[in-house]
Amino acid sequence: MAVGTQYLAEQPKLRTTSMVLGAAAIAGMLAAPFFFYPVMLMSVLCFALFACAFNLLIGYVGLLSFGHAAFFGGAAYVTAHAAKVWGLEPLTSILLGAAGAAVMGLIIGFVAIRRQGIYFAMITLALSQMFAFICLQVPFTHGEDGIQGVPRGYLLGLIDLNQPLTMYYVTLAIFLFGFFAIWRIVNSPFGNILKAIRENERRAVSLGYRVDRYKLGAFVMSAALAGLAGGTKAIVFQFATLTDVQWQMSGEVILMTLLGGIGTMIGPIVGAGLVIALQNYLAASNFPVTVLIGIIFVICVLLFRRGIVGEILELMRRKTKGVS
Amino acid sequence: MSTIFGIPTPALFGQVLIGLINGSFYAMLSLGLAVIFGLLRVINFAHGAQYMLGAFAAYLLLNYLGIGYWPALILAPLIVGAIAVVIERTMLSRLYGVDPLYGLLLTFGLALILEGAFRHWFGAAGQPYAAPPQLTGAVNLGFMFMPIYRGWVVIASLVICLGTWLLIEKTRLGAYLRAATENATLVQAFGVNVPLLLTLTYGLGAALAALAGVLAAPIYQVSPLMGTNLIIIVFAVVVVGGMGSILGAIVTGYVLGILEGLTKVFYPEASSIVIFVIMAIVLLVRPAGLFGREE
Repeated sequence: MAVGTQYLAEQPKLRTTSMVLGAAAIAGMLAAPFFFYPVMLMSVLCFALFACAFNLLIGYVGLLSFGHAAFFGGAAYVTAHAAKVWGLEPLTSILLGAAGAAVMGLIIGFVAIRRQGIYFAMITLALSQMFAFICLQVPFTHGEDGIQGVPRGYLLGLIDLNQPLTMYYVTLAIFLFGFFAIWRIVNSPFGNILKAIRENERRAVSLGYRVDRYKLGAFVMSAALAGLAGGTKAIVFQFATLTDVQWQMSGEVILMTLLGGIGTMIGPIVGAGLVIALQNYLAASNFPVTVLIGIIFVICVLLFRRGIVGEILELMRRKTKGVS
Repeated sequence: MSTIFGIPTPALFGQVLIGLINGSFYAMLSLGLAVIFGLLRVINFAHGAQYMLGAFAAYLLLNYLGIGYWPALILAPLIVGAIAVVIERTMLSRLYGVDPLYGLLLTFGLALILEGAFRHWFGAAGQPYAAPPQLTGAVNLGFMFMPIYRGWVVIASLVICLGTWLLIEKTRLGAYLRAATENATLVQAFGVNVPLLLTLTYGLGAALAALAGVLAAPIYQVSPLMGTNLIIIVFAVVVVGGMGSILGAIVTGYVLGILEGLTKVFYPEASSIVIFVIMAIVLLVRPAGLFGREE
């Protein structure tokens, strides 16, 4: 599935090119709020981080989690509660949300990693549905209403986040932190073992690796980063509702990753941007969003399983191979 | 009034009956999932949508063509089965040989399309569908009143499950199917048309889901969302039972349905999550499921 990173690692020339591209991308993101509506950009950044966190699991360990909404939405609830009811500082609230998601990841992961492949997907889906039912019943989530009117507050008690531009740059900083963390994980010795497990789990076991521990570790990291995204979203949009914990949200993050390219670093970002843009565009029309999401799923699975970025990388690889 | 564990008997039996009804649907749907998975190695996420499609087929047949419940019981599965055959031929069959997760994602996409389209046309609210006149009313069993239609659903689902089990275990077609599940290449070498078998199996599985949908129409309302919420519970049922055994899927479906009903009596707050909790416990104790084999 993942040709991208290995390919880049093999090609030092391409690596410098990608670094230049990365710098250009960051410059573009810094300038973006002057050209686009900041709220939509922040939405893209939150979902892009969510999709990158999800991709850490499917792209580099080969585990399809169908329940990542539980971490995203669960963290949103924790952050919203911390900021509104406890009156905590926004960054602390977001980190509390991520920590909460990590704890949930530990519990759900501990149960789910007992099975592989398709069962893993079904188990994570079932457990996240259980979490959604719990969220519907316990008082602290306020059921169908959700937690509304979450204050954005002052970052570190100093910087007013009610300024859209400030909020955007804080969101961007959190996104870049998360993205860099994932990049570090993927390119660490730990990440290499994860990829070994993805390629051939039995061989990894025979080499003496405690595969379950690595899987659980990756699951918790992915959950925590998804929680970071969810917590940030709660502060940006100032609410946390049931929508974020339901299975449709898990489906959306799968779609973003699949569309952009499973196992590529920037694929999930591209996918998140496209899906959010489409949803915004369709919101004005009468066409049902669910149907379109379903159609994109079908097209992706049937025609380009590598995703947009994955297909481009594959084309580039064939080209360079043909030349040399 | 007599009580058991401090619960009035009629209330207890009432909930057990509701549990048995839900269990009937869990059993029929997990049976179809297990049959499809056994041969195609695809988890059919669209199973819930096909169940919903069955209910809607009955509803549309009645309201637009005046075709009643009894013909719909046969027509709806045929229609949905035919749609499933087309889906298998044009889409699913391209995915044999790639990671089975793609089959799950494809059928998930199909489920979203079907659900979204019906929601767009009919709204999220449920449409009522009346039980046939022969099956309305209730019968006094001495310890409780039982609506006749509910009794019919329990009996019909038992017959359907038993019939499918016999079809797979005792007939020639079933023998081909079981053989192809073990080793498709070898069976093909013996001259069995395996691609056709795959198509028929998917069609049969979807038809079973549609049949369950028609049975469900008079009990639950006909709504676009009736399938997906159910299918997630059925996934948990399948994980508990393990996919290796057809009989295991059936038994687990009924037992979990009744357990859910009993939870509603003794601890109602937990009734919506009890099946998931049981799934988690089973995974911790016996990861392969109660009737499953370690791979």
